[in-house]
Amino acid sequence: MPNLNLALAAPPSVRLTALDQLWFQVSGTVCNLRCHHCFISCAPDNHSLWFMSRRQVREALADSRELGVKEYYFTGGEPFMNRDIEGMLEDTLTLGPATVLTNGTLLPPRRVEGLGRLAEASRYTLEMRVSIDGVTPEMNDAIRGAGTFDRALEGVGRLVAAGFLPIITTMQSWPDRETDTILAAFREVLAGVGYARPRLKVLPPLLMGAEAERTRGYLPTERVTAEMLEGYDVDQLLCSRARLVTADGVLPCPILADVPGSRLSTGLTEGAELPVRLTEQACYTCYLNGAICANMPSGTGDYG
Amino acid sequence: MRFEPGREYSKVAVVGGIYSNYLALEVCLADARHQGVEAVMCLGDLGAFGPHPDRVFPLLDAPDVSVIRGNYDDSIARGLDDCQCGYTDPRDNHFARLSYRYTFSNTAPANRAWMAGLPGEHRFRLGELDVLACHGSPRQMNEFLWESTTPMHFLEKLARDHDADVILGTHTGIHWVGRLPGARAYVNAGALGRPANDGRTEVWYAILEAHGRDLDVSFRPVEYDYRRLGTEMAEEGLPEEFIETLETGWWTTCLEILPGKERARGRF
Ligand code: SF4
Ligand code: SF4
Ligand SMILES: [Fe+2]
Repeated sequence: MPNLNLALAAPPSVRLTALDQLWFQVSGTVCNLRCHHCFISCAPDNHSLWFMSRRQVREALADSRELGVKEYYFTGGEPFMNRDIEGMLEDTLTLGPATVLTNGTLLPPRRVEGLGRLAEASRYTLEMRVSIDGVTPEMNDAIRGAGTFDRALEGVGRLVAAGFLPIITTMQSWPDRETDTILAAFREVLAGVGYARPRLKVLPPLLMGAEAERTRGYLPTERVTAEMLEGYDVDQLLCSRARLVTADGVLPCPILADVPGSRLSTGLTEGAELPVRLTEQACYTCYLNGAICANMPSGTGDYG
Repeated sequence: MRFEPGREYSKVAVVGGIYSNYLALEVCLADARHQGVEAVMCLGDLGAFGPHPDRVFPLLDAPDVSVIRGNYDDSIARGLDDCQCGYTDPRDNHFARLSYRYTFSNTAPANRAWMAGLPGEHRFRLGELDVLACHGSPRQMNEFLWESTTPMHFLEKLARDHDADVILGTHTGIHWVGRLPGARAYVNAGALGRPANDGRTEVWYAILEAHGRDLDVSFRPVEYDYRRLGTEMAEEGLPEEFIETLETGWWTTCLEILPGKERARGRF
């Protein structure tokens, strides 16, 4: 019998230490794919959160300077569903480094050439993060949909040809002891599209949205309590270092993108001042895994 | 000239990660003194990578040299389990562990105690500029500040928050300078320990000279006997991959921490 007192205790809250990461949910919950493990259940027909405009991104960028933002992230849904994405990246790259989290399936040659030119022209890094969830079409397509393995690989090949070294992320769906074998297989597959020195990153699964149906949801006791934060380094949590800007206002983090009631404010400056209450069960995953979303190893100051 | 925190200088040398490269340190100190610097600021990470970690200490124990503590020195001094670089890639991790274990077991207790007593930062005046010397960033000892991932407005915030005109750092291993409005700047001194992933065998340090609020920053290449260092590393059983970096100027390990642009410039 789970201890319900734990689940009912008032959730603790976290204040921003510094706004190091600014995330943009540029395509809302709209995606050309419908992955089983998508933690915000994005899909072509999920319109619960709409596209951002270039103007909305610009406004947040303007506020971000005073706040001293270190890195900018573009996510969705699928960011390349937003037809203004190139303009948004161009604006961002005049100020700092940008990372795009993409499924890699919407990267026709002309678009990739344009991205290559943007990357080249900036003093800052434009990082492309492509999600691929397996080393064979069978393994990946079972999760991400028919044909997506080949299309994503084709996208990766084009990025590499345009001078990018994309970060390939993969959600772990195998036991730890198989990790070495899987990574070796990944290297081989990527070499096949001309990517000779791949950057691979394995992510732990988040139990939310479609992912909760795929495996199992959270237990009621799996929540963050005030006690659990005693002596805990809250810098491990993304919400102490980041905010998410959407078409609909500012939220604590990309993990809670479509969780009702998690909206903090309209403007970024205000949203950076407000504390975040760790009410969601996803906060429990963060608590256990640390900030899992960013590019870099955790504990390095680049929070990942 | 004896280094004293808080005093005013007009010309100083700034050296980053030494990684046990005592041969490069020797050449660098001679070159800096020949250039007429009044003091040498060493920004920490004395060990790692290279052979015979104890050999750098006698060179650093000079009146005109001042040393602050890096994450590596912090780890070795306190006997932590790792170097606090935070690698997650299994291959990077393997090499990081290997050199950490080697450095730890070959550093004399007296030198560990000496590192434990090093300050985490130094402040001094250069011309009319307030300088803050640290290892990673003024807010975090092991923060990486790379040229391609550090916005100018972020550096301005650091300078503002920490009351400095000029911030000096290292920790990444690649030198660069970020110029800010109002004669302020961030200077990453790079590293003496290994090449800058630029295909050259030289390693780098910086000389800063100020007249009033006019700051001049120049990076100087250090040519040293890298073949001898490589031979000693092989004799000590250190990995061939490290020696390859000395001989080619390309990083072969610690690649995970490099942002896209810095990594694309290298070969691996
Ligand atoms: S996981 Fe990514 S690619 Fe898949 S549906 Fe969600 S947003 Fe789209
Ligand atoms: S999901 Fe994680 S980052 Fe988001 S609010 Fe909860 S603890 Fe913070
Ligand atoms: Fe360091």
